Amino acid sequence: MNSSTQSTVTRVNGPIVDAVGLGDAQMYEVVEVGPYRLIGEIIRLQGEKGTIQVYENTSGLKPGDSVHPTGAPLSLELGPGLIGNIYDGIQRPLPEIAQHSGAYIRRGEKVPPLDTERNWRFTPSAEVGQRLNPGDIFGTVKETDLIDHRLMLPPGTSGTVVEIVPEGEYTIHQTICRLDTGSSIRELTMTQRWPARRFRPVRNREDVTIPLVTGMRIIDTFFPIGRGGAAAIPGGFGTGKTMTQHSLAKWSDAQIVVYIGCGERGNEMTEVLVDFPSLVDPRTGKSLMERTILIANTSNMPVAAREVSIYTGITIAEYYRDMGYDVAVMADSTSRWAEALRELSGRLEEMPAEEGFPAYLPSKLAEFYERAGAVTNLNGSPGSVSGIGAGSPPGADFAEPVTSHTKRFIRCFWALDTALANARHYPSIHWLTSYSEYIEDVQSWWEEHDAEWATLRLETIELLQHEDSLQQIVTLVGPDVLPDSQRLVLFVADLIKNGFLQQNAFDDVDMFCSPAKQVRLLRLMVELHRRAKQIIEQGAPLVEIRDMQCIPKLVRAKSLTENDDIKRMDALLQEMIRELDALKEKYR
Amino acid sequence: MSIERGLEYVGLKGIDGPLIFAEGIRGVGYDEVVEIISPRGEVRLGTVLEVDANAAVVQVLEGTEGLSTSRTRVRFQGQPMSVAVSREMLGRVFDGLGRPIDNSPAPFGGDRRDISGDPINPFSRVYPRDFIQTGISAIDGMNTLVRGQKLPIFSGNGLPHNRIAAQITRQAKLLGEDVEFTIVFAAMGVKNDVAQYFIRNFEESGVLDNVALFLSTASSPSIERLLTPRTALTLAEHLAFDEGMHVLVIMTDMTNYCESLREIGTARGEIPARKGYPGYLYSDLASIYERAGRIKGSEGSITQMPILTMPNDDISHPVPDLTGFITEGQIVLERDLFQRGIYPPIAGLPSLSRLMKDGIGEGHTRDDHAAVASQLFAAYSHVKEVRGLAAVIGQEELSPIDKVFMEFGEQFEHKFLCQGEYEDRPIEQTLELGWDMLSLLPRGELHRISEEMLDEHYREREGSEL
Repeated sequence: MNSSTQSTVTRVNGPIVDAVGLGDAQMYEVVEVGPYRLIGEIIRLQGEKGTIQVYENTSGLKPGDSVHPTGAPLSLELGPGLIGNIYDGIQRPLPEIAQHSGAYIRRGEKVPPLDTERNWRFTPSAEVGQRLNPGDIFGTVKETDLIDHRLMLPPGTSGTVVEIVPEGEYTIHQTICRLDTGSSIRELTMTQRWPARRFRPVRNREDVTIPLVTGMRIIDTFFPIGRGGAAAIPGGFGTGKTMTQHSLAKWSDAQIVVYIGCGERGNEMTEVLVDFPSLVDPRTGKSLMERTILIANTSNMPVAAREVSIYTGITIAEYYRDMGYDVAVMADSTSRWAEALRELSGRLEEMPAEEGFPAYLPSKLAEFYERAGAVTNLNGSPGSVSGIGAGSPPGADFAEPVTSHTKRFIRCFWALDTALANARHYPSIHWLTSYSEYIEDVQSWWEEHDAEWATLRLETIELLQHEDSLQQIVTLVGPDVLPDSQRLVLFVADLIKNGFLQQNAFDDVDMFCSPAKQVRLLRLMVELHRRAKQIIEQGAPLVEIRDMQCIPKLVRAKSLTENDDIKRMDALLQEMIRELDALKEKYR
Repeated sequence: MSIERGLEYVGLKGIDGPLIFAEGIRGVGYDEVVEIISPRGEVRLGTVLEVDANAAVVQVLEGTEGLSTSRTRVRFQGQPMSVAVSREMLGRVFDGLGRPIDNSPAPFGGDRRDISGDPINPFSRVYPRDFIQTGISAIDGMNTLVRGQKLPIFSGNGLPHNRIAAQITRQAKLLGEDVEFTIVFAAMGVKNDVAQYFIRNFEESGVLDNVALFLSTASSPSIERLLTPRTALTLAEHLAFDEGMHVLVIMTDMTNYCESLREIGTARGEIPARKGYPGYLYSDLASIYERAGRIKGSEGSITQMPILTMPNDDISHPVPDLTGFITEGQIVLERDLFQRGIYPPIAGLPSLSRLMKDGIGEGHTRDDHAAVASQLFAAYSHVKEVRGLAAVIGQEELSPIDKVFMEFGEQFEHKFLCQGEYEDRPIEQTLELGWDMLSLLPRGELHRISEEMLDEHYREREGSEL
């Protein structure tokens, strides 16, 4: 027996495996464990001994089984073929696995992440003799109709081009460029590897100035997120987290979307797989799948792989950001990811902090959300990663550790409300408990649509706040004791809730609302309130306002007016103003 | 004799609650099955929870009573817990580990399967879309069940969840298809009467030959419950995905299951999360619930209807809370409705079916279904607000429109929600009833329904203008 070269298992406790003979191994090195060669990662080293977290079911694993170090940390293979694919937490392509072993995911599957046989049309953009620095682009591949996959020098690599292949069809592992790095010749292919847990370097981090337009009115108008921003959507079960995330993945104006289904339902991922290919992006007219990458580690898949799936997703996002794209990452749900941390930490017998979560939970959350940002890439191009994490607080209690720590690292908080969801008011984002710190950052962008944007927004929020305080009186004494001027607030607030805040994700028109339509809808509501208030002050009863011809049209404008039918929206505003003017005349 | 089947050791290092600690062992794998032979010669089963170079922690499924440290023998089987599954198991009664308890010999043959199962590849799933008509308006109309869905019943002690589950098993059918549901029934820690109630019900409706029962009642050792749903689902998977049947799995009561899990966690000295339940409760429940669904290349389906009682009717208790995060909706029973004599007491607002949107509408039920359901929810939600107000200022002081809503609320509960235990309402009847209810309200209040649908279905009444 030779313990210095041969590493073996000494203890098995679920996904946590102890081994000896790991004197030469590194932290976070990937190892293959046991006869099935299960994939694991070293997470603790002490002399010859080490602890491994295994990404697959460890049933039947025995002390004495062998451990094979691979010499590399958990790395992703990045290159053409990522888009449109669906991966598990450690970048194994699920369609390939299904082809290999049927409907169930068996253990020890080893499938290359990218199609190694497919030919891609490569167009060089560098020339022989050209000096290239890290991140510089040396050629492109048309990955989908929407996305040019720009092939870059990996971070840390630079040199002079000594050979580059002409335009033509190549597979991902063929050498397409040779680089003289000064000390050696480096061969480049279409792929590069990058450790999942490491931030991909950038030249500079920039300010957020442009909103990520999502087509959801309550988000875009009231609580906008900027490109490169970080947001959280916490909510109890049934409040529509996943529906909201799906809507964001469908309609947000990011060029690439990475959707991480982390510890959630299998059918939800299937829904994305069924829905997205047939949905058309309103901006490009192409299938949504041509810009989407899915990471699926459902709740019943191994918990250690759930922990790493978040990093897999965001690393892929950073890779496309480096090419100069605006990328959005949706993680559903970060609570399940935190629970994976808790479970692994418990099995490691670490000292728990709050509710059994490890003390390093906040720093892990920060690591994830900080990888979002607007940047100038190494190659000088602008790019961004926007991070949106759903949360599933137990009992819808936002004071629990994951939600409360998340709030420290995000600047946009969309609080889902159980009472709204119960009334089937979707999206159930609550207008009084949510907030966004990006409002000032994106204000000038919105003011190009309507110079009064900030005022309209503020007036609406004040109106809704006023309504909330009036409701407290109403629940005590009923609405009839209120003067008409206050009942007008209740009435307009109701209109805003039904005609603006509520949005039907299944309605062909209403599912996506363009910024131009959003400001016009908002103006309708605000104008109504401003003018009606005057009329009521002149002595008109509220019922005159209530019975106006245009009110039903106001409520239904969101689903009856097409997004680009600006004329019709403006006509509706004029119609309303005429009717209000007539009333004003009547009570003069 | 059985030496070849595994390694046998005599004596234990310790016994603690449901756990035994074996020492000086070699070649034992994580999660493998252990036979424990008591000093009196009884054979019990257990599984390995943790193993290191020479010791193992084993949970004993049938309790540790009567075991001694010196004279207990343990035999490691070298493989995970498995059960032989076959079609022959229909019409039979088993314990939680799949051993027959109906005084007949074990079914012949069958395929041995690991009861833990493997996760279904999300890529291989077929998205569930087929409407199941249960004949219960509150479910069909507002919380539609779809084939391949997992839809639990959240109940409380003393509420009629068993009667509702029995009614669903009697009435569930697919429109336009003449297929019967095969039923797999798993009982964990419920009283024997409950199990007998279901058996009687299956007998009365003549489906007993189409039912496999796995009973681990309150008198069985609590740890056995941890395997009962897995054994049952292993059979369900075989019937659905190998034999192409449509299987409805009823599991009652999941709260008892979770308590057994907590018992093991505590005995092992694990760090608890909420209310003493282990931190992995979510993942563990998911490994059960996620075994529902449909897969490519197979005709069959598994529809799950777990039943759980919420301790103190508290929906934020970890068991209903985590269940709600995994399942595709929930049917919540409400004590208030029950006490007012309304059967089934299905709560209007917190109940939800997440797959409803894809299982209803044209081609499934009727084009107006989604709008009717959404409007009923919205209107009933307003009723709740008005009732709160009426409680303070008195019903007389309500505005005329709110009085209409009060009337709507009463009618909705007594005519739409309420129905007979043997009343099987077709979906058309449910939807027409929905329109009857909505037509009590002024047309202008129905914001969630398009003008065209209102033109087609809204029933104008004389002199009802407000």
